[in-house]
Amino acid sequence: MDSLLKLLDKNARLSDAQLAAMLGRSEAEVTEQLAALEKSGVIRAYKALIDWDKTDREYVTAIIELRVTPRKDLGFEAIAETVAGFEEVESVYLMSGGYDLSVHVTGRTFQEVAMFVSRRLATLDSVVSTATHFVLRRYKDSGVVYQGQRKDERGVF
Amino acid sequence: MQYDKLLNRTLAQLPPSGIRRFFDIANEMEEVISLSVGEPDFATPWHIRQAGIRNLEEGKTWYTPNAGLIALRQEISRYVQKETGVAYDPKTEVLVTVGGSEAIDLALRALINPGDEVLVPQPSFVCYDPLARLSGAVTVPLITKAQDGFRLTAEALRAAITPRTKVLVFPFPNNPTGAVMRREHLEQIADVLRGTDIVVLTDEIYSSLTYGDQPHVSIVSLPGMAERCLYINGFSKAFAMTGWRMGYLCGPAPLMKQIIKLHQFALMCAPTTAQHAAIEALRNGEDDVLHMRAEYDGRRRLIVDGLNRLGLTCFEPEGAFYVFPSVAVTGLSSEEFCTRLLQEQHVAVVPGPAFGACGEGFVRISYCYSIDHIREALRRIEIFLRSFR
Repeated sequence: MDSLLKLLDKNARLSDAQLAAMLGRSEAEVTEQLAALEKSGVIRAYKALIDWDKTDREYVTAIIELRVTPRKDLGFEAIAETVAGFEEVESVYLMSGGYDLSVHVTGRTFQEVAMFVSRRLATLDSVVSTATHFVLRRYKDSGVVYQGQRKDERGVF
Repeated sequence: MQYDKLLNRTLAQLPPSGIRRFFDIANEMEEVISLSVGEPDFATPWHIRQAGIRNLEEGKTWYTPNAGLIALRQEISRYVQKETGVAYDPKTEVLVTVGGSEAIDLALRALINPGDEVLVPQPSFVCYDPLARLSGAVTVPLITKAQDGFRLTAEALRAAITPRTKVLVFPFPNNPTGAVMRREHLEQIADVLRGTDIVVLTDEIYSSLTYGDQPHVSIVSLPGMAERCLYINGFSKAFAMTGWRMGYLCGPAPLMKQIIKLHQFALMCAPTTAQHAAIEALRNGEDDVLHMRAEYDGRRRLIVDGLNRLGLTCFEPEGAFYVFPSVAVTGLSSEEFCTRLLQEQHVAVVPGPAFGACGEGFVRISYCYSIDHIREALRRIEIFLRSFR
């Protein structure tokens, strides 16, 4: 199971037949295992990693440090779920250290993201403070290098 | 001046490497998807590169002892003992060479007298025959066949031995076929060789890249074999260190004494910086090798499955990083297949005869490429093959 996930983690476009070949299993077996992994929520989604800077889409990302007051019975769950509910929010992590929630927000412009933070996040009841950091350049994301093209410089021997 | 008359006749008459020639054509085309290289796509693991950098920073850029840094020879000796059970004395039986290729050249030059016969299983790496001929030997090809899994059989070996046989080149795991010799196959070969004076030049440069549950077995590990073997290995394939040019040769002291003398006159010593990196590789690089092998294994399975689905029947390679499918289904010769595949779909693979005449009807496909690269190549090969249905 573990090796199947490792392959998919690197490349989700391999067909079941290709995955089966690489793992030495039958295609039916892989199909079944994938269905089980999807059903149990181990596999959450399959999506592409896109370098939006190379497209004409206006796209900015910010990382917001959120300090919040945890609720007595729910801890951070309630506020985290509220924050995660916004479409503008790409990811939400509960953090150790100097702040509580790390929130990745995307929008068309700096202005749009800043407005979202001040209007939607900062105003939430349990939010104590926000600090917004805009991403200026993406060097590597989800294990994939974004800058430059690696050219195959090998000769033949 | 008439240069062709000045040159050594054997050298001038040697045909150029069939791999090279084909690559030169591919190189001039755009958007070529190559499956032709014979080296890892991984960069040398960072901690190994750092060891090289540290050596340069310390400015220790002098020659090393002719046979190599003693610390490196000790590591090599320990590694080879772990792999084969044979304890080579780092002081007298281990030589650090400039890649495995130098080791092959040295061994042949040290052993051959004019007219001696060198048995070379084929298909195999391109250098054995030319180097044997340049050393004055007569090359006797031993043809390995797909139906035997491209293994050398005891019968083929026995039939080729004459009173002039001096050396058996033993290239397993094999480039280009990916064949490996398991213990039971080695025992049959050893039975033929014991009691002869034939030296086995065992080139095990791909020993770390053997797939499946059974580990690689070296012919030197069989009873009575180490005394008649020269063992070649190196860092290029296992540690992704091709450009460092680090190999080694181990063998019985009386042979090694002369071989080290030859190396001393020809090369002085292997590059110092690379030797320091090689020490780090052997001390702390085992996990890197296992990681890269697991990667190759997935690609190997993917490409073997893909080619077999397309009708390019391919025996399952158990070692190295090549597959050697038959192109019989197309009715084309190896050369025609490669040329047309390159022209029509811009995919470069190497014609089988580059590795010996008996490679006709096959092509060598390397899987030292990313999964995406391999998938795209398979897709193009599939389109190419449609015209033969």
